[in-house]
Amino acid sequence: MRISKTIYFFFIPGLILYALFFLYPTISAIFYSFTNWDGISENFNFVGLENYEKAVTGDSVFVKSVGNNLEFMLFVVIFQTIIALIFAILLVKNTKVNYLLRALFFFPTILSSVSVAFIWTFVYDPSLGILNQLLSLIGLEFLTQNWLGNGNIAIYSLAFTQVWFHAGQMLIIFVAGLHAIPFDLYEAAKIEGATKWQTFKKVTWPLLAPSATIVIAYTTIQSFQAFDLVFAMTGGGPNNTTEIISTYIYEIAFRGYDFGYASAISVLFMAMIALITFIQFKVLRSNRVSY
Amino acid sequence: MFFRRFAVFIYAVLILIPLIMVMLTSMKTREETFQNPLGLPEAGINTDNFVSIFYEQTMAGYFVNSATVTLCSVSLTLFFASMIAYGITRLNNWKGNALFVLFSLGMMVPPQVNMVPLYSVVLNLGLTNSLLGLILVNIASTLPVAVFILTGFMKTLPKELFEASTVDGAGNWKMYAKVALPLSLPSLSATAIFLFVMHWNDLLYPLLFITDNSYKTLPLALLDFQGQYSTNYPMLFTGVLIASAPMVITYIFLQRYFVAGMTSGAVKG
Repeated sequence: MRISKTIYFFFIPGLILYALFFLYPTISAIFYSFTNWDGISENFNFVGLENYEKAVTGDSVFVKSVGNNLEFMLFVVIFQTIIALIFAILLVKNTKVNYLLRALFFFPTILSSVSVAFIWTFVYDPSLGILNQLLSLIGLEFLTQNWLGNGNIAIYSLAFTQVWFHAGQMLIIFVAGLHAIPFDLYEAAKIEGATKWQTFKKVTWPLLAPSATIVIAYTTIQSFQAFDLVFAMTGGGPNNTTEIISTYIYEIAFRGYDFGYASAISVLFMAMIALITFIQFKVLRSNRVSY
Repeated sequence: MFFRRFAVFIYAVLILIPLIMVMLTSMKTREETFQNPLGLPEAGINTDNFVSIFYEQTMAGYFVNSATVTLCSVSLTLFFASMIAYGITRLNNWKGNALFVLFSLGMMVPPQVNMVPLYSVVLNLGLTNSLLGLILVNIASTLPVAVFILTGFMKTLPKELFEASTVDGAGNWKMYAKVALPLSLPSLSATAIFLFVMHWNDLLYPLLFITDNSYKTLPLALLDFQGQYSTNYPMLFTGVLIASAPMVITYIFLQRYFVAGMTSGAVKG
């Protein structure tokens, strides 16, 4: 059947904006990464691979921020996935109470990251914060901490906030995944006398693989985007111990006016995300089962 | 059974305590927070901080900016994305697939990655300190996910519907408006909620492009409060409550749609 040529007009408005504000900037990041552009002046020079060399060999803060970013990502992916999975299983039945609880656990997701940042800055406040107050109240005074000011733990305090923020969203994805598992498989397991753990290992977990793939992939990307939270809670401090790649890019570009170098780091960042996505895709795809 | 109840109870407390604390603190004075950070507000339920934040800040202005940017961004993203989804579905050949892949690429690159070159594009077009600039950038950044969700949905619509209307002499525009859009309403509304939350809460783009107070949106204004009020948590939390109110109220009424919308956005990978 012939389709009228007017169909091509349907792409035009979207394509123009997409090209102008996504494709062009993304490609030009690669171009600028070979220059020493400061972001303001009209003149700049090509410096070859200098920016990349500097990032990989001569910039300890960049190396640190990559490490922090990976640490943050691993913490969030592991804990968020486990918590979401456990509570999805606990709340899987569609009862009224469970609906309400799922809605409650989902709630933080709709807040802005700036709001969440303020809430948790207060929770972690060394003198006013509820966390230290509670710890002293139950006699665990020795555990009180400057949660965001102590460079050894600040990145974990941030990661915990991120889990609080988004675990509910992942919980809902798991609940949807659990509901998609055919009920007769559980019946069969029951008839054959399988224990709860065996049923989980042989039925639930393998059949939940597609949901797990989505949760893990999405959490990974989300943890790379934690810019707002880190920016508003610690700004990368103390001593760059919570600097992640995106906050570092912001700093170099908009405080240091080194757009060329910031572009090079952006390109490396993109390559890292592509690599991680690829590995996940390979690993998680190989776990698929059919029934 | 006991373990189940206990675990769920702990999680619920962990979510609720910080939220209750925000509400209580927003009704306290600054001094009260220092003397009695966890207790109930001395003055009982009051709106003193609300009144003073509206007096000290151009809250109404920030609110209008946020609402304008969000409403325009959501509706235009939906409009352009549904047109593209219709185009891809109707083409149904390698050209359609290529365009689909091209748009999907955008989901893999987080906006934090290309903020530097994006900033120079916006600057060169003279779109900094402008709500229009924010809206255009917002559309481009959420177009990929919206195209992805809507195309997935439109491909499930029976082809015969379109073919029958072609025989009746309906052109593409008519078919898009009279057939594709109305039938895609469930998917459109889920996507709308997802976009609504994203745009209302966005900090990055306003942070990059807006320096003039009269164009600031709520999240950026909140971030400024941190500088102005520093540890004046009652004022900060009053700001948090005002900024979150529209989301929270809609969430309470449309809770089921929110959950569906926010997860359809997540299930994009």
